[in-house]
Amino acid sequence: MDFLALTLAGILSAGAPIVLATLGETLTERAGVINLSLDGTILLAAMTGFVLALLSGNPWLGLLASTAVGATSAAAVALLGLALARSQLAVGFILTLLCRDLAYFLGHNYARQLGPELPVWSIPGIRDLPFVGPALGYQSPVVYLSLLLTFFLWWWLFSTRAGLELRAVGEQPWAAFTRGIRVQRLRITYTLLGGALVGMAGGAFSLAVKPGWGRPQGAEGAGWIALAIVIFGGWHPLRAALGAYLFAALQVLGIHLQELFPMLPASLFQVAPFPVMILTLLLVNVGTANWFRDLTLRYPGLKKWLNRWQVTAPAALGRDFRPEKEA
Amino acid sequence: MFSKTSLATSLGRLVAALVLALVLTTLIVLIAGAPPLQTLAILVVGGLGSAAKLAQAAAVWIPLVLCSSALLLTFAAGLWNIGIEGQIILGAVFATGFLRPFPDGGSFLLVMGALMAGMIGGALWALAAGLLRTWGRVHEIFGGLGLNFVALGLTLWLIFGPWKRPGIASMSGTEPLHPTLWLEALGGSSLSPVSLLLALTVFLLVAFVLSSTQWGLRLKAVGQNQDAALLFGLNPQVRILEAMVGCGALAGLAGALQVVGVYHRLLPAISSNYGYTALLVAMLASFRSQIVPVLCFFFAVLNVGSIQLPLQLKLDSSLAGVIQGVLVLSFFLVQGFEERFRVLRRTE
Repeated sequence: MDFLALTLAGILSAGAPIVLATLGETLTERAGVINLSLDGTILLAAMTGFVLALLSGNPWLGLLASTAVGATSAAAVALLGLALARSQLAVGFILTLLCRDLAYFLGHNYARQLGPELPVWSIPGIRDLPFVGPALGYQSPVVYLSLLLTFFLWWWLFSTRAGLELRAVGEQPWAAFTRGIRVQRLRITYTLLGGALVGMAGGAFSLAVKPGWGRPQGAEGAGWIALAIVIFGGWHPLRAALGAYLFAALQVLGIHLQELFPMLPASLFQVAPFPVMILTLLLVNVGTANWFRDLTLRYPGLKKWLNRWQVTAPAALGRDFRPEKEA
Repeated sequence: MFSKTSLATSLGRLVAALVLALVLTTLIVLIAGAPPLQTLAILVVGGLGSAAKLAQAAAVWIPLVLCSSALLLTFAAGLWNIGIEGQIILGAVFATGFLRPFPDGGSFLLVMGALMAGMIGGALWALAAGLLRTWGRVHEIFGGLGLNFVALGLTLWLIFGPWKRPGIASMSGTEPLHPTLWLEALGGSSLSPVSLLLALTVFLLVAFVLSSTQWGLRLKAVGQNQDAALLFGLNPQVRILEAMVGCGALAGLAGALQVVGVYHRLLPAISSNYGYTALLVAMLASFRSQIVPVLCFFFAVLNVGSIQLPLQLKLDSSLAGVIQGVLVLSFFLVQGFEERFRVLRRTE
C-alpha cells in the first residue's frame, strides 16, 4: 500500500468509533435529549466488551455487550433525566465520571492482557477498486458499519415518516403531542438507541481500533470530542460523519508529528485536539452573538462566509416535556 | 435548575440516598469478586483509622471545600463550570511560576504572593471560559472542558520543556521548592493549618455572600431566569463573568495551596480530579451551602481510604469515585421519585 492509501485506511479506521458515537448522540439530541455521559459510557462499554470477548473468546459477543452497556447507561439518562425530570446535564455529567471509574474498577484485573479482536473483512469488488481499493477493501466490520449507518441515518431522519416524527419531538414537542405522537415514549426510545450506538463505539475501540484494556485505554476524551462533533455537524448525520473523519485525520497527522518530536510525552499529543475543538465550536456558534452581528453588518463578505458554518440546535434540546403538569 | 427544599427534607433524602448507594455499591463490589464488608471496612479505616489518616483526609478536605464553595457561585448563576479542573491547574502553574525565581527560598511574603498569583491564574482561565460563553456563544461545558485539556497540556509542556528538572524530565514533576517556601504542615502530615483556615474562611465568605449580599441575590436572579434578569437591568452577561472569575480565583487558590502546602512542586496530576469531585459535592448539596463541609469530609475520607484498596485487596482505587457517583445518582433518584409522587397526589 502506498502512503496515501495507508493514511486513508488509518483515517477510516480511527474515525469509526467517533462516527458511531457521534451518530448515536445525534439521534438522541434530535429527539430533544442530551446524553452527556459519552466519555464515561464509551470507556465502560470498551471495558465490558473486551472482558466479555476475553472470557468467551468471541469478539462479536463482546461488541454486543458493549452495545448493551451503552443502552443501559442511556437508560439511566432516560429514567432520571426524562421520567423523573432531573437535569439531563447533571445526570449525564455524573454518569460520565461514574462510568469511567466503574470501568477502571471492574476492569482492573483484565488490564494489559491479549484478547480477541474483531476480524478484518476483505470485501471482493471494493478491494480491487483503483486507489481507494486497498484503503477501503480491508477493514474491520465496525468501519463498514459506521459508513453504512451514516447514510442509513441520513435517509431515516430526512426521508421517512419515523424520522419526521423524531425531528418533531426535538423541535416542536407540543405540536407533535397535539398530532398524537407519544413524545416521551419516542424520546426514551431514541435515547436508548443512541446510547446503544455510543456503546458500540466503545466496543469498536477495545475490539478493533485500539484493541485491549488498560488505564488509560486510549479512548479517554473521545466522548467529549464526539459531543462537540455533534454540534459541529449541525445535528446532521453526513456533516457529523465528516467532522468525525476530519478529527481522525488530525489524529493520524498527530502520530506523524509525534515521530518528529520524540522527546515530548505522548500525553501531550492527546490533548492537542481540544484547542481545535474550542475553535471549531467558536466558529459554528459565534454568528449568533450580538457583537458579531453588528460586525457582519459592516462586512457582508464575512457574514456570507460564516453563515455556511452556523448551526442551530434542535429547539427543544434538553427541555423537559410533561403535558400532565399543565393539566 | 434544582428545587429548593428545607434542610430537614434534604437530609432525609441524603440518608435514603446513602442507603440506596450502599446497596448498589455492595452489588458492584460483588461483581468485582471482592468481599463487600471487608472492602467497606478498609475504606473507612483507611480514611479515619488513625490521627495520620485523619490528617490526610483533612488535607484532601481543603481543596474540596475550596472548589465546592467556588462552584456554589457559578451554580447560583446557572453556570456549569466544568472548567474548574483547569482553573485549579492554572492556579498551581501560576504559583509555581511565581516561586521559580527563588531557588534559595525566601520569606512568607513570597508564599502569600504565590497564593495571589494562583488566584489570578485560576481567574484568568475561568475568564476565558466565561468569555467563550458570553462572546463566543460556546457553552461553558465545552469551553471549560476544552480548556481543562489545554491546561493539562500546558503543564506537561512546562514539566517536560522550560521547567524540566536538570537532567531528568519526567512525570514526577518540577524541581521541588526550597523548604522555606513550603506552608508549614502538622508534624509529618501534609495538612497545613494555614490552608485549613483559608478553606474555612472561604467557605463562610461564599455562604455569606450568596445568602446576604445584593450581589449574591443578583447572581441567583441571573441563574433563575436570564431573560427576566436582562429586563430588570441586572446585566446577566457581566454577572456571568463575575461568577466565573470568582469561582476561578478560588479554584486557583486551591491549586496554589496544593503546590506550596502539599506537593511543593508542579505535577502533571496536580488537580487530582478534585474539581470534578467538587462538582459532585455541589450537586449533592443541591447548592445548599450548609452541608457542603460535611459532604466534602465524607468524600475526602473515601478518597483517602481508597488508597488502601490496591495494597490490601488488589482492587482499583477508583472505587471511591464509583461510590461518590452512585451516591449522587441515588440522591437524584430519591428526589425525583418523591417529586413525582407529589405531582401524582396533587392531580388526584
